Amino acid sequence: MGWTAWCEQLLIQAQGGSALGPWAELNKDFYQAFVQEGRWKMYLEGVGNTLKVAVLALILGVVLGLLVAMVRTFHDQRREERPGFLLGILNGICKVYTTVIRGTPMMVQLLIMAFVGFKSSRNLVGVAALAFGINSGAYVAEIIRGGLMSVDAGQMEAGRSLGLNYIQTMRHIIIPQAVKNILPALGNELITLLKETSIVTVIGLRDLTKAAQLVTSKTYGGFMALFGVALVYLAMVMVLSWLMGRLERRLRSSER
Amino acid sequence: MSGKDVLIQVRDLEKHFDGGSIRALNGVSADIRRGEVVVVIGPSGSGKSTFLRCLNLLERPTGGAVVFDGVDITDPKVNIDLHRQKMGMVFQHFNLFPHMTILKNMTLAPMKLLKKSREEAEEKALTLLDRVGLRDRADAYPSQLSGGQKQRIAIVRALCMEPEVMLFDEPTSALDPEMVGEVLEVMKDLAHEGMTMVVVTHEMGFAREVGTRVIFMDGGIILEEDRPQELFAHPRSERLKTFLAKVL
Repeated sequence: MGWTAWCEQLLIQAQGGSALGPWAELNKDFYQAFVQEGRWKMYLEGVGNTLKVAVLALILGVVLGLLVAMVRTFHDQRREERPGFLLGILNGICKVYTTVIRGTPMMVQLLIMAFVGFKSSRNLVGVAALAFGINSGAYVAEIIRGGLMSVDAGQMEAGRSLGLNYIQTMRHIIIPQAVKNILPALGNELITLLKETSIVTVIGLRDLTKAAQLVTSKTYGGFMALFGVALVYLAMVMVLSWLMGRLERRLRSSER
Repeated sequence: MSGKDVLIQVRDLEKHFDGGSIRALNGVSADIRRGEVVVVIGPSGSGKSTFLRCLNLLERPTGGAVVFDGVDITDPKVNIDLHRQKMGMVFQHFNLFPHMTILKNMTLAPMKLLKKSREEAEEKALTLLDRVGLRDRADAYPSQLSGGQKQRIAIVRALCMEPEVMLFDEPTSALDPEMVGEVLEVMKDLAHEGMTMVVVTHEMGFAREVGTRVIFMDGGIILEEDRPQELFAHPRSERLKTFLAKVL
């Protein structure tokens, strides 16, 4: 008798009220949570959605963060040299953006995006990615800005005194040094982003967490489904931190 | 060197911070001629570093003008980067680029700005390193050097751009005492070769020995200026007398 048939039999036994041994119980629960009625497909779909949201949000967040950090840093460092009206306005917008985004809960931002901003949109992945990307951008901006500011002011002066312009000094002197300060914090932010995506369940997107919830409500037992999903998140985070670690080491060895 | 050829003309330079509440410079005028070694002394807070940093606009003056090689570089329309290439600067804290080898520190600007090939730039850098006795450290990183070595590198890094004037902002103040000598030696050599130099320092020995002119600043103005022998032997103002009594 195959494992599947055995598990089916165990299910019937359990429904009949007979007590199972611990090993049989474990097999039955596992079968119910992941195999029965092809439930593994729900998790797979969930992982897919979680990853889609996370990756899109990550890209959007990093791009937005870079832009905002550039405007803010440029404004702060060049204020004395060339006070620009346009730059002042851009800087103001960026400031409001980071303040509002960092000052309100992610869940509220997501709900606003889904039920006010795009209430007729059916592309839930897109809506979620947008909300998370905009949120992450504010944090990434501050991380990058902090990293750039952490480079000693003398480095900028030394570069400029040689005749390098602002952009050249940034590119060859400031950014290479800042990256080493930025990467660990950025890695943290990405990990947080990946895990935070689990709240997309509130807008009805079937992500990994939602899959576990659906299975739990069907089988009246959450142990297998929830722990299984937790393990998948853990694995994704471990892969992500391994990648970041590799990137950091590579930069260290090439630049000391 | 011709004695009358003015390289930098400073006119009524003012620098006020925080909307005028802090007045670092209150109308400083000076001519720096080619081949001169001008040493700027004064108590801390006298504005001497601000004065120096205004010469290449690392600090943007709030009033007055700096005419370098016939061009008023305080004019916002002037591309200051081009003029900074001709003005080398050495800082109190060296400011070497820690993520680059010594050789890369020295070749970055010449390759980017003078469009030198790597070979050309490296050849020039190695010749200069030879002169300061640090050729064997070309592939080292700044963190592997002593303070004195770092400052000597900082000097030759600026020289790689073949500047017309060298500005020194307290180049020996951050050094351990036993390393001051080696840096001053390099500066003396440079002066003997006819380099125009403006040096903010507390090294009165250097001022006396190498300076062609000494400027004493206090309260954001030039109080006295003269040849070093005169200035040190016959200080006129009370403030210079008090200052010299403290440092000599």
